[in-house]
Amino acid sequence: MDIIQIVTLGIIASILYIVLKDLKGPFAFLIILVTGIVIFLVVIKQLGAIIQLIETLGQRATINGMYINTILKIIGIAYITELGANITKDAGLGAVAAKIELAGKVFILLLAIPIITAVIEAILNFIPST
Amino acid sequence: MQMDASILFQIAGIGIIVALIHTILKQMGKEEIAQFATLVGFIIVLVIVINGLSDLFQQIRSVFLFQG
Repeated sequence: MDIIQIVTLGIIASILYIVLKDLKGPFAFLIILVTGIVIFLVVIKQLGAIIQLIETLGQRATINGMYINTILKIIGIAYITELGANITKDAGLGAVAAKIELAGKVFILLLAIPIITAVIEAILNFIPST
Repeated sequence: MQMDASILFQIAGIGIIVALIHTILKQMGKEEIAQFATLVGFIIVLVIVINGLSDLFQQIRSVFLFQG
């Protein structure tokens, strides 16, 4: 029952945060950061199994490995971006969080360029050249 | 998981103790030493946090990005 442990961790982190918030210093923010990291680590251990499932399904369906790799990379970028943006927002830097999200979107689009070009090539092949 | 929750308590404990030291030193009138103690505590915690962060990034990289 990992979910109970994660929820308990979140509650403990909230209590510690409330205790540390009144004391001065940057420790309250670090508590938030560590909680995010720990929960992410727990989740990512489970995520490996799901990704293996996706890969085996892709191999069964004989999908080009490049596409699945790209999709997984995009998911990874989305996760990291979300983590960084949320932590930055919690620290009170909303503008920097918005920039991190923008960077994540740009990099995702950059990774998707081969797929987009492949789609456009396919569409152009359908259209009879006059 | 057991170790992970203990990191949280470690940081909270260090934070409370450092705040205590800060208050005591400020009461004794040694403002500069109090600031220095807070800085040292912050660096200790930062090392712990950065270890965790690098661990997380390695995990993400190995799961999603297929490099090292």
